[in-house]
Amino acid sequence: MPVRFFIPLLAFLSIAIALGVGLFLKPAEVPSALVGKAAPEFQLPALDNQVKGLSRDDLAKGQVTIVNFFASWCAPCRVEHPQLIALRDAGYAVHAVVHKDTPKNARQFLDKLGNPFQLIGTDNDGRVSIDWGVYGVPETFIIDGNGNIIYRHVGAIMPDDLTEKILPFLAKVQS
Amino acid sequence: MMIATFAPEIGHFALVLTLALALLQATLPLYGAARNNTALMALARPLAVTQVLFVAISFAALTIAYIVSDFSLTVVASNSHTAKPMLYKISGVWGNHEGSLLLWILILAVFGAAVALFGRMLPMPFRARALAVQAMITVGFLLFTLLTSNPFDRLDPAAVEGIGLNPLLQDPGLAFHPPFLYLGYVGFSIAFSFAIAALIEGKVDPAWARWVRPWTLMAWVFLTIGIALGSWWAYYELGWGGWWFWDPVENASFMPWLAGTALLHSAIVVEKRDSLKSWTILLAIITFSFSLLGTFLVRSGVLTSVHAFATDPARGVFILAFLIVVVGGSLALYAFRANSLTPGGLFEPISREGALILNNLLLSTAAVTVLIGTLYPLFLDVVTGEKGTVGPPYFNGVFIPLMAPLIAAMGIGPLLTWKRADLKAAFQRLIAVAIITVVVLLVLMIWIGGVSPLAALGFALGVWLVAASIGEWMIRVGVRDGAGLWGRIRRLPRAHWGMTLAHLGLGVFVLGVAGVGAWEDERLAVMKVGESQTISGYTFTLTDVKPVPGPNYTALQGVFTVTDNAKQIAILRPESRTYVNPPMATTEAAIYPMALRDLYAVIGESAAPGAWSVRLYIKPLQGWLWIGVLIMALGGVVSLTDRRYRIGAPQRRSMIKDPTPSAQPVASE
Repeated sequence: MPVRFFIPLLAFLSIAIALGVGLFLKPAEVPSALVGKAAPEFQLPALDNQVKGLSRDDLAKGQVTIVNFFASWCAPCRVEHPQLIALRDAGYAVHAVVHKDTPKNARQFLDKLGNPFQLIGTDNDGRVSIDWGVYGVPETFIIDGNGNIIYRHVGAIMPDDLTEKILPFLAKVQS
Repeated sequence: MMIATFAPEIGHFALVLTLALALLQATLPLYGAARNNTALMALARPLAVTQVLFVAISFAALTIAYIVSDFSLTVVASNSHTAKPMLYKISGVWGNHEGSLLLWILILAVFGAAVALFGRMLPMPFRARALAVQAMITVGFLLFTLLTSNPFDRLDPAAVEGIGLNPLLQDPGLAFHPPFLYLGYVGFSIAFSFAIAALIEGKVDPAWARWVRPWTLMAWVFLTIGIALGSWWAYYELGWGGWWFWDPVENASFMPWLAGTALLHSAIVVEKRDSLKSWTILLAIITFSFSLLGTFLVRSGVLTSVHAFATDPARGVFILAFLIVVVGGSLALYAFRANSLTPGGLFEPISREGALILNNLLLSTAAVTVLIGTLYPLFLDVVTGEKGTVGPPYFNGVFIPLMAPLIAAMGIGPLLTWKRADLKAAFQRLIAVAIITVVVLLVLMIWIGGVSPLAALGFALGVWLVAASIGEWMIRVGVRDGAGLWGRIRRLPRAHWGMTLAHLGLGVFVLGVAGVGAWEDERLAVMKVGESQTISGYTFTLTDVKPVPGPNYTALQGVFTVTDNAKQIAILRPESRTYVNPPMATTEAAIYPMALRDLYAVIGESAAPGAWSVRLYIKPLQGWLWIGVLIMALGGVVSLTDRRYRIGAPQRRSMIKDPTPSAQPVASE
């Protein structure tokens, strides 16, 4: 039996191996091209008169900050919300960008689930999210005191993510 | 209401029964065929027909659950809502992972039953084997559904209200996109089953090609329409104004289309010349493998896994295992058995066979380049750990150089004779077509001017293919041969009409692609009511912006009056909709199609008090693109009605009586 008849099988098996490995790659670890770079320039209006808006300058005040992109219509955002509250309780400055949402719905979301955020900017048209390279909500960034993005988490922050990745990372940065 | 209450249990039970039936069908007829046991082989037909009955019960049960909004079912609660219009309650059945799998299985069963009922001319052992292979695929999908994605899983306690269907999917175009796509994907399973049965028997002959052709053609027509519906939906619903984005999900449906198109053409060579046999078998396997791979890519989250929330690794592992068994198994069978397929007639490189091989080479290379582009991010990640993708520049860059010679050759190919052809003579018969192409191109250049070289190439290819298809038809019916023309037109085989239409349709499609690529005009602006924007000579005036209520959304509607030299052409009413369940905003583009261009408007959010961000487009020849695809699909339908391929055509009746076709000498010419 000629070898050429085996070529399709071998080609398929190599694809299958790649697919198999691909299944077990951590999909959430999509690094941002922005990690290690300065956060993009932006200035967002406040959600409502209870909070202040968010701008690039707020992220370069010498303190490590966390920026969370969320929307009230996003189910995973609800799931990760307790973890954001835990971050606030651990003493970190957590800010938010409300992604394509109405102020009313976003406020209701926070009234119901608690508000871990200090500053909340609203990005109605999603332009700022695009500048940050956000695929979709939720996404969370950690910014050093000089306004540089040093970490990115895609998708909901699950309790494991918090204890195994984000808190250790923050501890390392702080020390 | 009793039936509605217990419908999920009935549906679940029917699905389990189907699995039992499919297991029997996958084994007994195969054993019967090997032992020449007629009784066991004969079981395949009733089993296939009964199976479709039980799957239909199961599908009906799920549909009832959606219609009565039974939120004690997890899938209904997470995808439906009482306020949703009935059409989308029903299309919601397959608008999610679990339900779409059930639709897959239903279609698979329908195709299996169709082979059982209409495949009377198939020799009994062949039919038994093909149906057994078909049932193996069904078993795989049933296990996948029952073990990892059961649509009948109950939610305890039941939800009071459903979450609702993603508003982007609440659209008539998308309601019918998945069924057509699946009819295409699953239709190729018949070609696959026939190929495996032929490999088991070690025999491929012109009769095999004739059996496999109508099923392949049917699948091809469905897939063509399915892809077009998806593309059309992206065009008017996503509001980006594009029609193809080379994203992994689109590519997943395009790869089987390319391979299936190659299969249709190579099967012709098997039928007419008893040649290219092992290649055709391989194509049949690959086409269906691409269909399965498409399912894998979409559902496992291996590529579009940026948000891993919706995906379940258990499903990915199951599909991968299934893929390895089905594709790996069939390719291994191919590797060991392909050599037993005797090669047929010889031919010169310049011949109809040669042209069809060129077609196959280009189409399969195209399919492989799409595959590489789609899996590139995965390979890159696996091998180097880096992340990256290839975008439209890669696909356009490799695709155009493959398609240009294909389309150029398509004009001449049908005029070449079998075995050995005279290329020069064929081209001379098309000299008028070549002249037309050059003249049209020159007129375009001078009249409109400023066309990029790429667009010029597109127009040249489109005009060439349209003119050559019509020219070939005129030569074939002998337009200049005088009396009896009508009779010759009527006697032209339907398959030939089908080819002419399909090639012509592709030409029209290429013209559409070139037109919209060359002359598209776009304007992003912030407009207040009363203001105007002029784009490509058309003046869009925003006359009003008002709120309008919908059944499960509220919308902001912009009213644009479009004028051309002060003459009113159209009123466009794009909407920006806000859905309540689930809360989400969508844009509804307003499109006014005209013969030579589409007018396209999108209204966005308020940019400042009383001012709206809008996007306006002029899309020249956009309509030609869809019409071209429709003509292609129509060509497939016309070809299906050809007497030669009609399922159960009488001239092969004698074959049923021969119980051992594998003992027959291979037909040769």
